[in-house]
Amino acid sequence: MTEKLETVSPKFTRDPEAQNLNAGSSHGDTPMGNSSVKLAAEHLNFFYGSFQALHDVNLAVKERQVTALIGPSGCGKSTFLRTLNRISETIRHTRIDGRVLLDGADILNMDVTALRRRVGMVFQRPNPFPKSIYENIAYGVRVNGLTKDRSLDEVVEQSLHRAALWEEVKDKLHQSALALSGGQQQRLCIARALAVDPEVLLLDEPCSALDPIATAKIEDLLFVLKNQCTIVIVTHNMQQAARVADDTGFFLLGKLIEFGATEAMFRKPAQKQTEDYITGRFG
Amino acid sequence: MTLSFRRRAVNAVMLTLTGVCTFLVAGVLLVILGYLAWNGATSLSLDFFTKLPVPVGETGGGMANAILGSAKVLLLAMLIGVPIGFFAGVYLAEFGDSAYSGVIRYATDLLNGVPSIVIGIFAYALVVQPMKHFSTLAGGVALGIMMIPISLRTTEEFLRAVPVSLREGAMALGASRSRTIFTVVIPAAKNGILSGLMLNLARVAGETAPLLFTALGNPFWSSGWLQPTATLPSMIYNYAIAPYDDWHRQAWAAGFVLLVLVLTVNVAARFAIGRGSARGRS
Repeated sequence: MTEKLETVSPKFTRDPEAQNLNAGSSHGDTPMGNSSVKLAAEHLNFFYGSFQALHDVNLAVKERQVTALIGPSGCGKSTFLRTLNRISETIRHTRIDGRVLLDGADILNMDVTALRRRVGMVFQRPNPFPKSIYENIAYGVRVNGLTKDRSLDEVVEQSLHRAALWEEVKDKLHQSALALSGGQQQRLCIARALAVDPEVLLLDEPCSALDPIATAKIEDLLFVLKNQCTIVIVTHNMQQAARVADDTGFFLLGKLIEFGATEAMFRKPAQKQTEDYITGRFG
Repeated sequence: MTLSFRRRAVNAVMLTLTGVCTFLVAGVLLVILGYLAWNGATSLSLDFFTKLPVPVGETGGGMANAILGSAKVLLLAMLIGVPIGFFAGVYLAEFGDSAYSGVIRYATDLLNGVPSIVIGIFAYALVVQPMKHFSTLAGGVALGIMMIPISLRTTEEFLRAVPVSLREGAMALGASRSRTIFTVVIPAAKNGILSGLMLNLARVAGETAPLLFTALGNPFWSSGWLQPTATLPSMIYNYAIAPYDDWHRQAWAAGFVLLVLVLTVNVAARFAIGRGSARGRS
């Protein structure tokens, strides 16, 4: 898997123009429904203390596709996303029940460090470390001890290319990441996550703190990135889900109400609650 | 009509009262500063920084030994108090959600409230008595103990101020809890912790009581760490109560030097905190 990624990625990183061309066309002709399952939740329940935030969620994320999770605030979509790399465990008094399979292996039995290297995450608000741009990207590589085969400079440059940020920051790699704009910071966080070559990238409302132009840049990026890794994105913006996602899941009150191909769901939802939400009758 | 008159009258009285009190607060500081600057600066000379005290009757001399002595005592205090407070602060901020840590916090507040002279007695019993003589080491231990509570609380507070999102960002990349703390959280809080350290140092630099029966005092150079040593606060004390005009002038000069030192450190620390929080916000 990792080897495959490394052979695929340089093709898309050397030439930013080609990336954009690719971004324009890839959405329409992506084959749907015939990819293998990368990540699957089975009978997943999640508890904050005695409060049950997720009820028996079953959901299969397909490889090299974008899966969007939508729903009103507090519906459990972010909680679900945070169980997928077990970052949910950093909050005290929480409990996961059920299984999450990554390539068929239960992540609850995995070494959490190894899991998080394979399943990267980008958060709602850009959270660059108060270090230089270079050090931000290098952090994950250093933590995981991945510097043996490739030089750090190379990884930093390639990751910034993959996040379409290289041209904007190549002359100030050693300046503070906090001097970047919000949109740039968020792409830096994406580059930081990509630097360890994750197989899955989780994005938790990555555009909610950004303006429309920065949002468009990140959406363009997703079209390119999905050729390199599997993407799961939480969004409260239904248009965004419709634009970027192959599959979409609708959450309500901790339950997965409906899950399926995005086009089908937005054109003809199977559940009344989904229809009500999508048409804006509530939420 | 009468009601509105009463309101306005009460308003005027209260405003005057609060205004006068505010002026008094600032005034006290200004008077101290001015008086000390006037008496101290005029008594200051190059000799003060380079020469030893002279015997009674001779004029001139300086307090070079006390300046060096204070520096040595403070260095020791820092080496003793800061690591203990810092690591305990890291524990409380990052792992301290148990009942046990509540006890530690309360104990810290109590330690902070212990009169400094009592801490001096403690250091006397702990170091001076077993070693059978006063020393720089004993002074350092006394001031070091005084630095622990503030060092702990500032470390804890600045670490807690680091946003959760940074911790999650590091852990999402596969960093362990301790790695996250040492490579992301502590560096992010570095400015705040350093400025807390400076304020802490400035606070104990003026302490006299704990030094009286630990470092004692010494009219000569103090070599090594196991001899009694002169320090600026104890010199001020000794010189100010002596019946000689020349000594009084020296005490003023010493007071002025100490004040300038403490003020400089204070201002530098505020500046560092300002920069620290500005960086933290973005």
